[in-house]
Amino acid sequence: MAPPPSSSDAIIRVRDITVQFGKTRVLDGLNLDVKRGEILGFVGPSGSGKSVLTRTIIGLVPKISGSIEVFGIDLDAASDSERRGVERRWGILFQQGALFSSLTVRQNIQFPVREYLKVSQRLLDEIMLAKLGMVGLKPEVADRYPSELSGGMIKRVALARALALDPELVFLDEPTSGLDPISAGDFDELVRTLQRTLGLTVFMVTHDLDSLYTACDRIAVLGNGKIIAVGSIADMQASQHPWLRQYFHGKRARAVMS
Amino acid sequence: MRAGQGAGIVNGDPTLEGIAEGNGLALCAAGSWTAPFAPVLERLVSEAEKLRGSRANIFIDVSQVSKLDTFGAWLIERLRRSLTQGEVEARIAGLSANYSSLVDEVRRVNAAPAIETSSVSITGMLEQIGRAVAGVGGTVISLIDMLGAVLAAAGHVLIRPRGFRLTSTVHHMEQVCWRAVPIVVLITFLIGCIISQQGIFHFRRFGADIFVVDMLGVLVLREIGVLLVAIMVAGRSGSAYTAELGSMKMREEIDALRTMGFDPIEVLILPRMLALVLALPILAFLGAMAALYGGGLVAWLYGGVDPEAFLLRLRDAISINHFIVGIVKAPVMAAVIGIVACVEGLAVQGSAESLGQHTTSSVVKGIFFVIVMDGVFAIFFASIGM
Repeated sequence: MAPPPSSSDAIIRVRDITVQFGKTRVLDGLNLDVKRGEILGFVGPSGSGKSVLTRTIIGLVPKISGSIEVFGIDLDAASDSERRGVERRWGILFQQGALFSSLTVRQNIQFPVREYLKVSQRLLDEIMLAKLGMVGLKPEVADRYPSELSGGMIKRVALARALALDPELVFLDEPTSGLDPISAGDFDELVRTLQRTLGLTVFMVTHDLDSLYTACDRIAVLGNGKIIAVGSIADMQASQHPWLRQYFHGKRARAVMS
Repeated sequence: MRAGQGAGIVNGDPTLEGIAEGNGLALCAAGSWTAPFAPVLERLVSEAEKLRGSRANIFIDVSQVSKLDTFGAWLIERLRRSLTQGEVEARIAGLSANYSSLVDEVRRVNAAPAIETSSVSITGMLEQIGRAVAGVGGTVISLIDMLGAVLAAAGHVLIRPRGFRLTSTVHHMEQVCWRAVPIVVLITFLIGCIISQQGIFHFRRFGADIFVVDMLGVLVLREIGVLLVAIMVAGRSGSAYTAELGSMKMREEIDALRTMGFDPIEVLILPRMLALVLALPILAFLGAMAALYGGGLVAWLYGGVDPEAFLLRLRDAISINHFIVGIVKAPVMAAVIGIVACVEGLAVQGSAESLGQHTTSSVVKGIFFVIVMDGVFAIFFASIGM
C-alpha cells in the first residue's frame, strides 16, 4: 500500500489576487500557497477580507486580476467539467453552516453523494452514519431538521456534509465561532483527527487562538489586502508586526498560552 | 473478478480477487478504493460476499490497495462483517499504518441504519383528511385571535399615542399604496376597456349600446373595482408581509423584539395593518376611476358613444350609493388580507420550504376570504336595499 502523497506541493496556489467592491479594494495583489496535507490557520482583523479570500478561491466572489490554481488546475482556464471535478474534491463549511433547511440531516449529508455517485440507498445510509460518527454525532439526529439542532450540532452536520464525498481539501470558515470552549476544543481535535485519518488539507479561517495553537500547522495573517506573515505559531510570536504583537501577546493570548 | 471504469484514475481501478483454498478464502483487494469508484466497489463487495460458503479461515488482504477513503474503508468493513459468521471471524490483513485509523473509525459505525418509514395506508389518508378539516377550524380561530390581538394593540396605542410607529406606517404606506399605484391603475384600466368592449359587442345586437354605460358604472363601482384591487393587493402585499414576518421569525428577530419588552403585534403588525387598511380604499378608488376611464375610452372609440353622452348617461345610471357600497368594502377586505398574511407569517417554521408554503397559503387564503367577504357584503347590501 503506497503512502498517501506526502510531497509538499501547493494544493492551492493564489497569485496576485485583487478583489474590489465598488471603490474599496479588499484584496490587493495577494499571494498565498497552501501545502498538501497541512492545516493552515488564516487570521486577520475583522473586516480584513478573510471570508472574501475564501469565497474568491471557491469562486463565489469575482476577482479583478490574478490567478488561482487548485489541485494544479487554473480555475479561470478550466472547462466546466474540470471545474466540477475540482468542486467534487473540495468540501466547504460555511460560517452559518448553510444546511438545506428543508432537508433532514440524513438528506443533507447524502445530497452531494447522491448527486455525484450512483450508489445504493443502503450504502448512502451507511456512509451517512459513518460521517455522523466521525463528527461525533449520534445516529438519532439523522432524521432531525436543521432548525431542530443546536449551534454546535449544526457546525458538526455541516462538517459531515463537507466531508461527504471524502474531499482532499476542506475550507472551514470560522468553524469554532459561537461554540463553547469545550465544544470548540473538541472541534479542533476533530479537525486534527480527520486530517490524520483522511489525509485532508484544511484551510481554516478562524479567530480562535486556541485553534491556532492546537490545530494549525501554519498560520497566515491577512492585513491591508495582503498576506503580512506566514509561518508557524513560533514565527508569529516572534514577529514584530504591531497587529501580530497585539494579537499574539494580548491579554487573551497570554491567557491561552499560560 | 475484475471490474474497471473507462476513465483510469492515477492509481488504477479497484479490484477484488478471491482465492479459495480448501478451508480458507483469501480476498485480495487492490487499486483505488475511493468514492469515485463506489458503484463498482459496491458490486465487487456484494459478489465477494457470495464466496463465503462454510469456510473457517477467511481473510481480506488489503496490502495492494493504493488509495483508501471512507467509502472504501466502509465497504471493506461491510465485507468483513458479512463474512463473519458466529465463531468464525474474517480478518483484515496487510493494513498500512496510514489507513488503520480510518478503518478503526468506520468499525465503530453501527450497521443497522434506521430507514425512514413512509406510511401510505387508508388510515393514514383518513387521518390526513381529518387533520385538514380540524385545521380549517384552527385557521378560523387563529384569525380571530390575531384580529383580537391587533385590536388590543390598537387600543393600547390609542391610550398611549407615543407607542404609535408613524415612520414604520408611512414606510409601509409607500410600499403597499404608492408603489402599487401604477400596476393597479394599468390593470383596472385594461379591465374597464375589456368590459366596455364586450358590453358594446353584445348589446349592439339589441340596439342597446348605450346601456353599456350603466353596466360599466354599476359593475366597476360596486364590485370589480374593489374586488380586483383587493385580489391584487393580496398577491402583492399579503405575500410580502408573510415573507417578511416569516423570515424574521426564522431568524429569531421576533423573539428578540419580545425579549426587549416590545410587543411584536404593536411594532410589526399594527403599522402593516394600518397601512393596508388605509391603502386599499385609495387604490380601490383609483382603480375604479381608471376602469371607468378605460371603459369610456373604448365606448367612444369602439362604440361611438362620445364622452359627453357617456358622462350624461353615467350620471343617470349610478348614484352615490353604488360608490359607497364599493368603497366601504375596501378597508374590511384590507383587514382580512392583513390578518391572514400576519397569521401565516408568524406560523413559519425553521425551513425555507415552510416559508414558501405559508406565503402560498397566505395568498390563497387571502383571496378566498376576500371573495367570501364580498359575498357577505352582497347579501347585506341587498337586504338593506342599497
